[in-house]
Amino acid sequence: MILIKNQIMKLVSIAISCVVVSACDSDFDNPVGNSSSYNSGDADFTKFVSIGDSLTAGYADAALYIAGQESSYPAILAQQFAQVGGGAFNQPLVNDNLGGLLFLGNPDPDFANRLVLDAETESPEPIAGSPTTEVFSLQAGPFNNVGVPGAKSFHLGAPGYGDGAGLGAGTANPYFVRFASSTTTTVIADAASQLPSFFVMWIGNNDVLSYATTGGTGVDQVANPDPTTYGFDDITSPVAFAGVYAQLVGAVTGANPAAKGVLVNIPDVSTIPFFTTVPHNPVPLDQANADALNAAYAAYNGGLLAAQSASLIDAAEVAQRTIIFAPGQNAVVIIDEDLTDITGVDPALIKLRQATAADLLVLTTSSTIGTLADPNNPASAIGLGVPLSDADVLIPSEIQAIDTARLAFNTTIKATADANPNLLFVDAAAILAELDLTGVDYGTGFINSEYATGGAFSLDGVHPTARGYALVANRIIAEINAGFNANIPPVDPGAYSTVFIK
Amino acid sequence: MKKTTLIITSMCISTSAFAGGYRVALQGQKALGMGHTGVAMTDSAEVVFFNPAGMSFLEADTDIIAGVTLIDSEAKYQNVSTNTSAKTDNPIGTPVGLYYAKKYDEKISYGLGLYTPYGNVVEWPKDWAGSHLVNDIELKAIYIQPTISYKFNNTYSVGFGLTYTSGKVEFNRNLSTSLVDENGDRSNVTIKASGVDAWSYNIGFLAKPTEELSLGVSYRSKVDLKARNEDANFENIPTTLQSTFPDTTFNADLVLPAELTLGTAYDVNDKTVLTFDLNRTFWGDYKNLDVQFNNGAGTSFNPRNYKDSNIYRFGVQHVMNSDLVIRGGIYFDKTPIRSGYFTPETPRNDATGFTAGATYTVSKNMDLDFSLLYLIFDEFNGSYDFYDQSGTTISFGGDYKTTVTTLGFGLNYKF
Repeated sequence: MILIKNQIMKLVSIAISCVVVSACDSDFDNPVGNSSSYNSGDADFTKFVSIGDSLTAGYADAALYIAGQESSYPAILAQQFAQVGGGAFNQPLVNDNLGGLLFLGNPDPDFANRLVLDAETESPEPIAGSPTTEVFSLQAGPFNNVGVPGAKSFHLGAPGYGDGAGLGAGTANPYFVRFASSTTTTVIADAASQLPSFFVMWIGNNDVLSYATTGGTGVDQVANPDPTTYGFDDITSPVAFAGVYAQLVGAVTGANPAAKGVLVNIPDVSTIPFFTTVPHNPVPLDQANADALNAAYAAYNGGLLAAQSASLIDAAEVAQRTIIFAPGQNAVVIIDEDLTDITGVDPALIKLRQATAADLLVLTTSSTIGTLADPNNPASAIGLGVPLSDADVLIPSEIQAIDTARLAFNTTIKATADANPNLLFVDAAAILAELDLTGVDYGTGFINSEYATGGAFSLDGVHPTARGYALVANRIIAEINAGFNANIPPVDPGAYSTVFIK
Repeated sequence: MKKTTLIITSMCISTSAFAGGYRVALQGQKALGMGHTGVAMTDSAEVVFFNPAGMSFLEADTDIIAGVTLIDSEAKYQNVSTNTSAKTDNPIGTPVGLYYAKKYDEKISYGLGLYTPYGNVVEWPKDWAGSHLVNDIELKAIYIQPTISYKFNNTYSVGFGLTYTSGKVEFNRNLSTSLVDENGDRSNVTIKASGVDAWSYNIGFLAKPTEELSLGVSYRSKVDLKARNEDANFENIPTTLQSTFPDTTFNADLVLPAELTLGTAYDVNDKTVLTFDLNRTFWGDYKNLDVQFNNGAGTSFNPRNYKDSNIYRFGVQHVMNSDLVIRGGIYFDKTPIRSGYFTPETPRNDATGFTAGATYTVSKNMDLDFSLLYLIFDEFNGSYDFYDQSGTTISFGGDYKTTVTTLGFGLNYKF
């Protein structure tokens, strides 16, 4: 009986050892997350600071909200840097996941809650709820992420950009007011004073973007290098940009000469859904409606011929401006300020033409085209009887101005990176172009720039989703790995969210 | 009366595990100790499952055996390119087997089996990287099999069992790789069906051409479980999509495939027996796991396209003394899954099982059985390439590794 007991005990011990063996043996031959193979290479991530605008802040869906900040590309980078000696990463988190701002307790429609998609109407709208993020509830830093939504290049070096008293005059930015270290500091000073060992700078987007999203109603300040004279929707002079950019980078590398960093360039606005979603010819018409519209524009078309007879415009401009509707998809009528002024012939002959594929309609026109400008006038459909306004369309000359400035900025950014062995260059324009052209297969899924459904862009059509930001972070990591001999693991973009449905 | 109580108790025990496909081969403690061979063994009422013809060769007039197995399983996933990993948190499974065999006369025996040869509980972390394929799945099937055997002579017998199967399935997965409500919670669906029943049969043939040699064949027909108008619950559906995805009902078919076993047992001497079984499972019948929802979700097409597969089983049994029998075994389980069809709901590749067992004789009438299994699936890089999301095919793959450890207990009563 004792012998039997011993044998049973033997069996039990085999059982236990099996369990133990299985616990050991069930690991992969080469498990991921094996930090021994990760290293920071030539870089030092103990003090990582990110400098930029909304893209750096983690802004998405037309708002800055906690979940977006937590999956900002700098936050994702910091999380991965932490596996190779990276330090804490402190962000000026807002107060909720709604994203709207309060100014001394009052909400402001220009800083509304984040957008969610109404699947029934297929249109975005702000999420319901009362925002709780008070601009004047000042946050104590220092903050590693000094991304300030709305900031242009020259704003980063502008004293008083965080002074609440300047909000009314437009010299301050509410997001920076909230977390600036003082009313007189600058964004770049708050970054540089932390003596970053590593930094990412992605600035310059708004130097062209605010002009673009307002349909080119601002001024191309190509010949004016003094940003203090600019309106908010103007294009920054490339000369001014180059000067400011050198100062910004110099401020960080001057504070810590050993600092390494990444400089990110400016994407092409024609690759983002804000400008690629609404086609130039979005209006379906039947024969009767086309006939009625053609009748309504007969006088305008006739006036063009009169202007040609008066040698005010040539045949090409007559053809460009002649408005013709036909059954099927029709181009919208727009105002093009580049056209010749022929109101001398007839004050009704304003600068109208139909849009072409060379024009870019802004995303917000998707909810206005076809609606009645005057509810009592059925002939006042916007884009048909009533032209789209200047602010609704980027015409070729405006697109050209944007791209000329952007390419100049990008030349500056790349040259700055190339001139300093401690700096790497990341081509964000190429990433967004790829998302627009082919989409990106990240291994366990696929995203592209299709509005609302593509997964790469949030509902404001300008800023990436968390998944899009993760892709950007992975590309930056790849560049760091290659440029600084590091081995930092990427993240799974699939683990990050896309758009939120109401 | 006692028997009835025992049966009812057994039915209440939850039964779950996973292995080859979603088949659990843990149907007898004595057999499991020997690599789960048994089509040619005739030493206990386990024959009701393994080969009904074997009932005719049982020594006792009445033979009752009841067993339960504890299963601890774990599957791991990782993707090197996306630097992600996950592992399952499966509950301990407890498949059961209860077998009863009695001689009616010299030629005829009858019996009853109650067992749970299918079961699959796989619980991945909620919203993990493959959550659009599965968050968790549970499959249970209980088989009740009245059985009869007829012995032509001391060499040949046949047996037949009519099997009633009642299955239960619960399956949760996210609706897509990205759909969330306005709070960011992933939209998901749970389909749940229970009491889905079907009939099948088990037929066997046994020959003892010499004193030392037994040959057995058994065939278990396939079971078609057809869930009709069962519950599909949609969770975290955005408000503006709730008219598209209301809670609804679903229809789905699941096949529990047929299985043919050929085997032999050879008495090397009066103490030692060697066994070999070849299982062929007709997984080729498992073409897809399509779920037809009666709402805007439509039909979810999920090709599986399994292939028939074999398991090669080897066992040895040795009588140590009058009180103790020990067993050992090994088996090689070939995966039924084709390249490109590797889903995390049945994370398995070719596997090797190592088994050990023992029987301790408590009294003339009563034995206690023990079994152990350590089943290790080869580390495998596989993907599922047939997930369609709005017309785009999204492949999901990575490395998988699965291990299963079981510990079984049985009680054998003969008189």
